Amino acid sequence: MIRFEKRKDASKLFTAVAPFMSVIFALVTAAVIMLFAGINPIAAYAGMIKESLGSFYGVSETLVKSTPLILTGLGVSIAFRMKIWNIGADGQLYMGAMGASYVALYSGLTGFTGIAAMFAAAAVTGGLWAGVSGFLKAKANVNEIIVTLLMNYIAIAWVSYLVYGPWKDPNGFNFPLTPRFSPDLVLSTFFNTRLHTGFIIALALVAFVYIFMEKTVWGYEIKVIGNNPKAAKYAGISIDRKIIGVMFLSGALAGIAGFGEVAGVQGRLQEGISHGYGYTAIIVAWLAGRSAIGVLVVSVIMAVILVGGDSLQILMQLPVAFVNLFQGLILFFILASDFFIHNRPVIIRSGK
Amino acid sequence: MKKLLLLAVLASFLILPGCSKKKEEETKAPEAAPAATAAPAGKEIRAAFVYVGPVGDGGWTFAHDLGRQMMAKLPYVKDVTFIESVPEGAESTRIITSLAQKGYNLIFTTSFGYMDPTIEVASKFPDVVFMHCSGYKTAENVGTYFGRIYQPRYLSGMVAGKMTKTNVIGYVAAFPIPEVIRGINAFTLGVRSVNPKAVVKVVWTQTWFDPGKERDAAESLLDVKADVITMHQDTPAPLQAAEKRGAFAIGYNSDMSSQIPGAWLTAPVWNWGTLYEEIAKEVHEGTWKSGKIWYGLEHNLVDLAPMSKLVPADVQELVNAKKAELASGKDEIFTGPIKDNTGKVVVEAGKSLTDDEKLSMNFLVEGVQGTIPK
Repeated sequence: MIRFEKRKDASKLFTAVAPFMSVIFALVTAAVIMLFAGINPIAAYAGMIKESLGSFYGVSETLVKSTPLILTGLGVSIAFRMKIWNIGADGQLYMGAMGASYVALYSGLTGFTGIAAMFAAAAVTGGLWAGVSGFLKAKANVNEIIVTLLMNYIAIAWVSYLVYGPWKDPNGFNFPLTPRFSPDLVLSTFFNTRLHTGFIIALALVAFVYIFMEKTVWGYEIKVIGNNPKAAKYAGISIDRKIIGVMFLSGALAGIAGFGEVAGVQGRLQEGISHGYGYTAIIVAWLAGRSAIGVLVVSVIMAVILVGGDSLQILMQLPVAFVNLFQGLILFFILASDFFIHNRPVIIRSGK
Repeated sequence: MKKLLLLAVLASFLILPGCSKKKEEETKAPEAAPAATAAPAGKEIRAAFVYVGPVGDGGWTFAHDLGRQMMAKLPYVKDVTFIESVPEGAESTRIITSLAQKGYNLIFTTSFGYMDPTIEVASKFPDVVFMHCSGYKTAENVGTYFGRIYQPRYLSGMVAGKMTKTNVIGYVAAFPIPEVIRGINAFTLGVRSVNPKAVVKVVWTQTWFDPGKERDAAESLLDVKADVITMHQDTPAPLQAAEKRGAFAIGYNSDMSSQIPGAWLTAPVWNWGTLYEEIAKEVHEGTWKSGKIWYGLEHNLVDLAPMSKLVPADVQELVNAKKAELASGKDEIFTGPIKDNTGKVVVEAGKSLTDDEKLSMNFLVEGVQGTIPK
């Protein structure tokens, strides 16, 4: 019989290699499935790497895809550090996108001022949206997991209402799209690719979050609260204010991801601007050990998988369901590895 | 020991991409070759299709994929790939670019939402021919194609008008865009041509592919006594709902008579294959030019699926006669007098809508119960 026992100390080595091992396990499992489907897995993986990293363009697309993952991943990981579970980054991204779009479509601001205002609006709307659950948690001890999760649906439905209704492009043949932003309110791109300034902003925010968490009193207090809330209370840290503040910051980062998507990629507001980035962010934060630098690295790896997945369809003619299955497998093994970091199997011989 | 293991794992990660990179350089060479050594006899076709739904949707994408398979059999078509369930908007830009970069020289983008991405990508690949289905923007290397599906819609409306007992017909519609509105209007004009008392109730789902939502919409129409259900969706869900409740079903996209045997009457259907062969031939021979293709019954791009046994012989005769008339080029479906459903005359007697007016249609004709969401 096998029983699981909690490890006293999570093995440092295992913690370090677990993410990589889970990716390898997923690759091997997917390879077995591919063999059953009559597809050469080596060729398939080579195709994925080629698609996402094999050319200048591929790399640029991978970085475009990593941008919202970095930003939402940062937001989620800050909250996780304090053991506040923000599951609502997707909704915060949508609200940020809405805030930025409002400025772009209706404020009349142009040029750099316009873009700066869009950025600020996105951060504030995303932050306030998350702040609601922070406030409820701090003042009434309402479970933030439920509140943030359910507020995702409200945010997505609200954006749908806007693009089907009042914000719909009058010349758009009734399609649920807002008008395009004027060209000076679209983020500039590099080297004739779709890589936009949002990526640079994301890098800057990685540095900002790193310094904030590691070098400031606020960051220190957040970590103390996360590790031992009772001790923090005795030390005189005001936990309620921290909860609201951290939630606001977490949502603001996700909101900035929304700004990046509408101003950098879509050039307008529409449905489906997030392809589940806010949920992938949870995995990113977990895999990254909640560290800012880790979020950057893991986001790029996730982007490789997402962008490379296209080639499975184009070159191997694998159905889209397989691409989803493959991504699911990776996430599955990552979660499993997290379990094994903290628990170890013990074989019990019975009958003796 | 532990450190060694860690190093080994890390090293394998560094080496792995390196290995596969080598591999890809090897495979790159043969891929690039055909384009460079294109025989003067004609261009070898490497085509790619971008689909909005899965090929197994039994509807819109399924019909396009049948056409793709027909085209794949042409001798000079070397390779025809597809990529399914591609989200409309910016995500599709990456996928269309990726196809063009892989050396596909004829790319079909088969949903309206790919219009701007197609135009954008096409400007970067002047040697690739792009064909966008159902849009209105063209470029030097981007043509559009679509079919006058409103003609068989009108015919299916005649069938519905004859078959309804309650004089309420339900229409599950996707988005309130001209294409869908045109279908509703043609259908309703067909209904009213044989049964002026019947009304067509419309429910918008705001989705192309969402079986659950589409089924719910059909249910709500059945609840208000609709006894014939038709739809402008990519899945058969509304028809299945109709069959379950003992109502008749008129499909769309492809012949689903075998799937819905108890309720199936007929459907406006697409035959993309012939058109796809024609386009591939033009590109192969170098005669292709950007244009706006809008074929009807006369080209057999659109058709009415065979009417089932549930449709009485005299109705079949009547509908077939009208079909022959439309196929001969006498298309007076949108010829006045036509009133909209607020009573305003939108097409005066003796006048006909031009193709441009049909393509930007934004009113519902008399007999339709519903509104265009503003």
